[in-house]
Amino acid sequence: MRTGIQIWFFIGVMLFIYGVLILGYGLSELVTGIVAPVELSYLHAPIWWGGTLFILGLAYIIKFRPRRAGK
Amino acid sequence: MFMFASLAASIATGSLASLPALLALSTEPLAHLRLLDILVIVTYFAMVLWIGFYLKGRSNTSEEFFMAGREMTAWIAGLSFVSANMGSLELMGWAGSAYQYGILAVNWYWVGAIPAMLFLGLMMMPFYYVSKIHSVPGYLNLRYGGEARSVAAVAFAIEMILMSGINMFAMAVVMKVVLGWSLNFSIVVSSVAVALYVGLGGLRSAIFNEVLQFVLIWGGALLVPILGLVQAGGPAGLKARIISTLGSDSYLHVWRDTGSFSANPMGVHWTGIIFGLGFVISFGYWTTDFLVVQRVLAARNLHAAKMAPIIGSFFKMAVPFIVILPGLLGLVLLQNPDGSRRQLVGEDVVTACAASSTGVPSNQAGCSAAMTKTNLTADYQKKVLSGAPGSELHTYNQALPLMMVRYMGPGLLGLGITALIAGFMSGMAGNVSAFSTVWTYDIYKPLMRKSKPDSHYVMVGRMSIVVGVLVSIGAAYLVQQFHGIMDYVQALFSIFVAPLLAAILFGMFWKRATRMAGFLGLLLGIIFSAGLFLWVKFNPAALAIVALSPDAKPMAENVYRAGWAFLFATLVIVVVSLLTKPRPVAELDGLVYGATKLPAADAVPFYKSEWMWASVVVVLFIALNIIFW
Repeated sequence: MRTGIQIWFFIGVMLFIYGVLILGYGLSELVTGIVAPVELSYLHAPIWWGGTLFILGLAYIIKFRPRRAGK
Repeated sequence: MFMFASLAASIATGSLASLPALLALSTEPLAHLRLLDILVIVTYFAMVLWIGFYLKGRSNTSEEFFMAGREMTAWIAGLSFVSANMGSLELMGWAGSAYQYGILAVNWYWVGAIPAMLFLGLMMMPFYYVSKIHSVPGYLNLRYGGEARSVAAVAFAIEMILMSGINMFAMAVVMKVVLGWSLNFSIVVSSVAVALYVGLGGLRSAIFNEVLQFVLIWGGALLVPILGLVQAGGPAGLKARIISTLGSDSYLHVWRDTGSFSANPMGVHWTGIIFGLGFVISFGYWTTDFLVVQRVLAARNLHAAKMAPIIGSFFKMAVPFIVILPGLLGLVLLQNPDGSRRQLVGEDVVTACAASSTGVPSNQAGCSAAMTKTNLTADYQKKVLSGAPGSELHTYNQALPLMMVRYMGPGLLGLGITALIAGFMSGMAGNVSAFSTVWTYDIYKPLMRKSKPDSHYVMVGRMSIVVGVLVSIGAAYLVQQFHGIMDYVQALFSIFVAPLLAAILFGMFWKRATRMAGFLGLLLGIIFSAGLFLWVKFNPAALAIVALSPDAKPMAENVYRAGWAFLFATLVIVVVSLLTKPRPVAELDGLVYGATKLPAADAVPFYKSEWMWASVVVVLFIALNIIFW
């Protein structure tokens, strides 16, 4: 796509929202000490996986943010 | 499984046909979603509708609506191309197959896809793309005439719409089994969303959502093999555990044990894998099925169209990491509540052991007999028969959801479930958008209303999407009422693909192939293939003739039927061509190899050359097959 909103921007927004939600939950687990009863919970996957989604999403939003045509 | 589309894995494994059985016996859902998971799912639906409404303003002409304006980059077309094939049934089905048969299942991702994808990009795209067709039946029209086009278009349109209905039904069943959602809720929500976003944005919307789905599947499923490998002690630990659990390393080899039918867990021979799967089925699907080829036709130039399947092939080779590996990990890591190894079983066993309201299997004798065919321990069988708490049975196809539930807490589980939902929905969207194009360009326009303004055909396209979704809903409920229909719908693809492959290959690479030969080869090939299917259906003894063995499984039957149909269609095309007058070579420009002056390739640096990247794919492909020999 050469103009308008690119698919990568939509993907960035989606990953960013998921990153915020999952990272936020992971941090709340860390703070409260109440951890979901899943295997390997001590690895705190929501923090690093949510963090990865957050960073990737933010990077895509910035790189592929919509610009006015002609710029 | 040979459908390779979203319904691919299910046919070989029989998982699709057994979906209704799953429905009848599901009791407790596998997972319980929390508010955070619901938020993740709602975000996905909001995104797809946002994309649909945004793209509505960019889908005003037929070229924009049906072909996405032919302005997709190689990356978008390539990801969409491979994503159109990554449905949720395929992900779950192949994870289950890996649990059941081991790493041999990876052949359906490697030899069963990569050579055909490269062939499409390097050899066939120039003809598809240069002729500026809108569909695969459109190519048949240019090469052989309207008769061949009409046969292909009608068969394809029927297949697509029924597939969409099956996808819808399958999603509803899986959501019921995994989450406990009602069938009607899943069908209504998915069909409204698909009708809205494809109806508004056309092919571009379908492609965008396929790319979105691709990212979601990796984001939602990649965590399972990562955490599984950590728990198993890395690749070496996994290997050691599999050998110690099964007492054999046969599950870890792709080719070594395919020298005889009985030496490998899947019961297949390497000749069947290479010629049946690697050639007829794989080439038939990846190079002629309009559902996937349409994605590449939307590329913005010939170079992008050639590169798209090559880019897709890299990701196709990587998909086993999130599909096959979780199945193998599940084999050694899944546990029962008491800590013992959880053994998954076939749907037939779960059906035989369906519990009454008291939690005890209502057919004790049948359940006991069914369990004797499994590796369940005697103690566990007793627990199942007595309906002891925590003794429920799970099927092979539940391996992936079970692994998700094992490692994913709130939010992450929602992401995994969203990936499954996205897989189903984009499968439906792909079916419906391909149906809309074929209906409008290959049936409605040539046979009903030839000379109407462009806006008229866009309107017809939008209406056909709504009608297509409505018919799909009808098909979904029909399948729910009459389960046997599913067998016939699944067979449609395998009946149709081989004759179509023969017609297109001879049309594209043999100047002598004539109009009558193309039409008769396609039509008689389909009739022949359907005849073989019905013969075995109503006379099971015929299996020994069609599949060369009375013990052949549905997978082998599909392979051999496709092989015979390809040979038959080839014979018809060759004989009829030699008996009829060919078209002048001058008329074949842009359609046939050797009669076409292809446009000079754009000068690109070597690192952008499609031949260079195809070579890299070949090297990786060979290396992977040697490593996992």
